[in-house]
Amino acid sequence: MKPPRITDSSLRDGSHPVRHQFTVEQVRAVATALDDGGVPVIEVSHGDGLGGSSLQYGFSKTSEMDLIEAAAEACRSSRIAVLLLPGVGTREDLREAKKRGAQLVRIATQCTEADVSQQHFELAKELDLETVGFLMMSHMRPPQVLAEQARLMESYGADCVYVVDSAGAMLPGDVRSRVAALKEALKCEVGFHAHNNLGLAIGNSLAAMEAGAEQIDGCLRGLGAGAGNAPTELLAAVLDKLGLNPGLDVFKLSDAAEFILAPLMPFQPIPNRDAIAIGYAGVYSTFLLHAKRQGERLNLDPRDILVELGRRKAMAGQEDWIIDVAQDLARQKAGQQLPQ
Amino acid sequence: MPPTPIKAAILGTGNIGSDLMFKLLREPGRLKLALFAGIDPASEGLARARSLGVSVSDGGIDAVLEAKDISIVFDATSAKAHVRHAPALAAAGRVAIDLTPAARGPYVVPSANLRAHLNAPNVNLITCGGQATIPLVYAVNQVTPVAYAEMVSTVASLSAGPGTRQNIDEFTFTTARGLEAIGGAAAAKAIIILNPAEPPILMRNTVYVMPAGDFDEAAVTRSVERAVAEVKSYVPGYRLKSAPMFEELKTPQGVRRIVTLLVEVEGAGDFLPRYAGNLDIMTSAAWRVGQTLAERFNRPKISATS
Repeated sequence: MKPPRITDSSLRDGSHPVRHQFTVEQVRAVATALDDGGVPVIEVSHGDGLGGSSLQYGFSKTSEMDLIEAAAEACRSSRIAVLLLPGVGTREDLREAKKRGAQLVRIATQCTEADVSQQHFELAKELDLETVGFLMMSHMRPPQVLAEQARLMESYGADCVYVVDSAGAMLPGDVRSRVAALKEALKCEVGFHAHNNLGLAIGNSLAAMEAGAEQIDGCLRGLGAGAGNAPTELLAAVLDKLGLNPGLDVFKLSDAAEFILAPLMPFQPIPNRDAIAIGYAGVYSTFLLHAKRQGERLNLDPRDILVELGRRKAMAGQEDWIIDVAQDLARQKAGQQLPQ
Repeated sequence: MPPTPIKAAILGTGNIGSDLMFKLLREPGRLKLALFAGIDPASEGLARARSLGVSVSDGGIDAVLEAKDISIVFDATSAKAHVRHAPALAAAGRVAIDLTPAARGPYVVPSANLRAHLNAPNVNLITCGGQATIPLVYAVNQVTPVAYAEMVSTVASLSAGPGTRQNIDEFTFTTARGLEAIGGAAAAKAIIILNPAEPPILMRNTVYVMPAGDFDEAAVTRSVERAVAEVKSYVPGYRLKSAPMFEELKTPQGVRRIVTLLVEVEGAGDFLPRYAGNLDIMTSAAWRVGQTLAERFNRPKISATS
């Protein structure tokens, strides 16, 4: 195994638990600490990627473009990545992000829909950005299907394709087989993005590395959707003990987690009953807070909403289905029949 | 005496063109489908049309231009092709109903602004998501000015063709522009999500509307219900999934009361499967626009015979 390249997503995936309320000062402080701790890539965007500020996903307090610029200015050696979901963000957004200092773009599609990303990869290459393909909800399809989709992204110009466990639903074996299938199919690098809904974020990241993954994601304190992601400071400590530290400063990053991240977190993401339900039912980690809100509104158990969303095979970004499912469950509770 | 049918042609023999053909054969209304034209002599679409007794040609736009008695042309080819077809059709005095994203003429939504464009030489049908959601934003805007509207369209993966997939940015731009230009929203955003579930899901749309000021919920509900009934008159599978919802939310403009509307579109199953409501709403809207624009050709005839 080789030391992996680490991308910290505290300022992107971490945008979900802070309900997209990051300020320029917070972003500057976090980016400075990550840069100082040796993290090579820092992702900054609305939680749902460029252009995600909306009623569907939650409005940003501060324009993500201002946050990207603040992070880029704060870093001496770390490079800034942005996330883009075709269908939500557009090439216009990517052009602007590049102007504000983004050097990498991670282009995310449902794990079956890679072909919506061609125009975005092509523009990214034109803009001279490093490109990463992000296959979301990868647990929903078998390794061979993922490998075919990853090949499409590679053909559009991806420098790396990630297996993304958006639901935190994978077991180590699921991760190994998927990463191995991508390694087999691609010439470019392969990455893995974990969620901790089943308590496996670090373990699954190691499994991905064993299967050949070259890029791994983390967030300080695991700050991310659902039960959060693999904590960057923990990855640093574990990789260091494995003799695979890619240049991370274990103590600086654990200080950053404790003294910079923790004070700005509204809550510590953990695998609690709702987050476990997300991993167990295999739904998008970001649904957590939205399901809680609809549960409160209609006096329903959020877990019932999440499990029903899993049954209906909701995909990434379908926050509006939560309203739908909650309404149906409320009707059912009132004694009416659930629609087919 | 019923008015003489107006002769129409369909350009483009793919899924959309074929579904529209089935609609016109099932319910011709004021139109008579006189020509179904493509450019590939071996296409399945042409063979199917021929077997149904429709006049077909693989001469594309030239065949349409040669048929001097054709007044209305539905263009279901591609944006690139329509950019070329539009001036040729206009020069020949044919009315073009454009189902591609080319947008050479004004955007139209039958239930909202079609009456304003009865004499336009070329009209554009925006996007499937636009046809599904603009009528609702328009309906709210009739009651209270809309500061911001947002739509989220979820369609079955199988119903999203290569045109949509390779131009997904154009879907979001065009739909958002339609929500503003026709829906009346001061600002708008559009989001599209493809869902690969098996069996395929029906087309689902969520519309969030943020009125500029305070408003009467009951009046909004009545206006929305009227709009749904109107769209339903030409898209039978169009329905609200539940009554309009009203909820106070924090927004960058402060706490605002938001209207949330959930809409489902089930296709008629004329040619395309029922889950493809996103395609059905385009061909149904085209059918309605064709019927309405046909009136202009009947007007002088009716006065001459009465």
